[in-house]
Amino acid sequence: MTGWTHHRGLAVGLPRESIDTDQLIPARFMSVPRVQGYGPYLLHDMRRTEGGTLRADFPLNRHPTASVLVTRRNFGSGSSREAAVYALVDAGIRAVIAPTFGDIFSGNAVNNGLLPLTLPSAAVDALLTTLGTDTTEVAIDLAQGHLRLGPHLYEFALPEVWREKLLNGWDDIDLTVSRAEAIATFRAGRKMAAPWVWPNH
Amino acid sequence: MTPAARHFPNSEVSGAQTLFDKLWRAHEITRRSDGVSLLWVDRHLVHEGSHHAFAQLAARGIDLAEPHLTYAVVDHYAPTRNRENIADADIKRMIETLEKNAKKHGLKLFGLRDPNQGIVHVLGPEQGLTLPGLTVNCGDSHTSTHGAFGALAFGIGATEVAHVMATQTIWQSRPKTMRITVSGALGAAVSAKDIALHWIALLGADGARGHAIEYAGAAVRALSMEGRMTLCNLSIEGGARLGLIAPDTTTFAYLQGRPYAPQGHDWARALDDWARLPSDPDATFDREVEIDAASIAPTLTWGTSPEEALPITATLPDPAGLDPNRAARARDALDYMGLTPGRPLAGTPVDQVFIGSCTNGRIEDLRLAAAVIKGRRAKVPGLVAPGSALVKAQAEAEGLDRIFSEAGLEWVAAGCSMCVGMNGDLVDPGKRCASSTNRNFKGRQGRGARTHLMSPAMVAAAAVTGTLCDVRPLLEGCA
Ligand code: SF4
Repeated sequence: MTGWTHHRGLAVGLPRESIDTDQLIPARFMSVPRVQGYGPYLLHDMRRTEGGTLRADFPLNRHPTASVLVTRRNFGSGSSREAAVYALVDAGIRAVIAPTFGDIFSGNAVNNGLLPLTLPSAAVDALLTTLGTDTTEVAIDLAQGHLRLGPHLYEFALPEVWREKLLNGWDDIDLTVSRAEAIATFRAGRKMAAPWVWPNH
Repeated sequence: MTPAARHFPNSEVSGAQTLFDKLWRAHEITRRSDGVSLLWVDRHLVHEGSHHAFAQLAARGIDLAEPHLTYAVVDHYAPTRNRENIADADIKRMIETLEKNAKKHGLKLFGLRDPNQGIVHVLGPEQGLTLPGLTVNCGDSHTSTHGAFGALAFGIGATEVAHVMATQTIWQSRPKTMRITVSGALGAAVSAKDIALHWIALLGADGARGHAIEYAGAAVRALSMEGRMTLCNLSIEGGARLGLIAPDTTTFAYLQGRPYAPQGHDWARALDDWARLPSDPDATFDREVEIDAASIAPTLTWGTSPEEALPITATLPDPAGLDPNRAARARDALDYMGLTPGRPLAGTPVDQVFIGSCTNGRIEDLRLAAAVIKGRRAKVPGLVAPGSALVKAQAEAEGLDRIFSEAGLEWVAAGCSMCVGMNGDLVDPGKRCASSTNRNFKGRQGRGARTHLMSPAMVAAAAVTGTLCDVRPLLEGCA
């Protein structure tokens, strides 16, 4: 995965609460290997009629090139299905802005280069008002923690490690392997203190 | 000295600790400058959905760090009928991929034909793989279930699954602590499911976000392990990272003699260890919530988020009286669910029922449902899918399967089934399903499906009346 520092693109509003992981990608698409791309399944049942045609009035269909989503509280709630993040990333989304996110979703997002950006409800309301049913240019500076969207300018702080992972495209496995010695020491202690952890040890 | 104390000479070692503090400390290998901890993982459970992680591992050419702490389970895609001839190529491939990966890495596999097969969160405890004091990870959010044993158990994403496979560790920021104390005693036919739906409605679907919940109080102590698992299972639906219940004699009695539980000398040592886990009496929590058990009625969801739950005696909300954001959300949910604002919930006709899932697919759940159904006929079709093959065998030994079948409900093999529909057990568009599962999101049980979450007893009541209804009068006079 490659990291990123700045992003410029178009933001679109999705003024709904609690868009959960089952909405982000319905379960029936999750057996598809990732190499085939998950973009077409993003919000599949919201975006399409039962016949499978795209609904003309759905924000992402009106503005398929948008790369930043602004939405309401509890985005990505529900399951650990990382496929929800794959669908967003494969559809070209770089950042989602909301007042709150599902915990597991946020972690998954950062692991895939997607920024889950938390702003206060009032700020999100202001952004959604500006966006209306249209798009607006957005600029995100990860290094500085700046967001500019139309007339609005916000500062944001990210957990340091999230920022580093997003900036560098880092992978946790690399970070952890450097701690191999501490892990081995811990493991030995664990085995002494609680041998039953290893069944039939 | 505990490992944590060894690594963090400055951290507070003395002082009152919560169950969560003790578990965290016992598994913390190291801590980064930003406060994020590297935790040791004692149990890693994988299922068909873990194919992304196996693929990531293969792409990097690495093996599993601890294959003997990793257990593979077929559940999400497990067909509940005709297992010998799996018609759907995608389902067949998903199961075979897990089988191949388990074989390649030397993992113990609970496959389709294993007499112990079942939903990962039913199987783990049943096998004694889940124990007090352990960390348990699985690429599934309902991993919180295992917290019922006093284990630090939480769901992780696919990239994290690959990380656990490669290192047997996980990076986690330390959640805040929250105690939900349910005092007093639950009323008749009111269960752990009702406690959970009650508190989630009270605090919201993100009400416990960023928190580790410990459930306490007389009503929680009185729950069986099955009930405790239901309660911890639903923690995630209130946004919590994980749920916990302190281990006690109920826990130990459940575990003794299970295949993977410690035995002999180890059992005695483990009991000693586990007895030290409960929160110290003067330990403090970041948040405290108190609930009077007697105030909880049989509760069910009416909308498309688990927070949209009400007692069965209530009327549906009227968006006209809500603030604009909430009103829009409620209108959308009522519309999707095909419900009229302001009308009583009870009496709403249902099209079908489902009893099963990692929330309520255990033997006690089936017993409760059967007690309601016994001697009655179901007015609507329905499916009963036990949580594991062992639950199925036990239920059949008790004759519960016949009670369901004679009432007109279908009795099938174990798996996730209609909870998520990945195996093809779907609710048709527009159909209303009374369900003992955990998620009422739009499309969860199939595109356009209308899900009402409730306890298995309440599902049984819906089956025999064909409507959403209060189970309590139905149980009067029943043994
Ligand atoms: S029963 Fe439902 S919630 Fe539980 S693991 Fe299976 S799909 Fe997930």
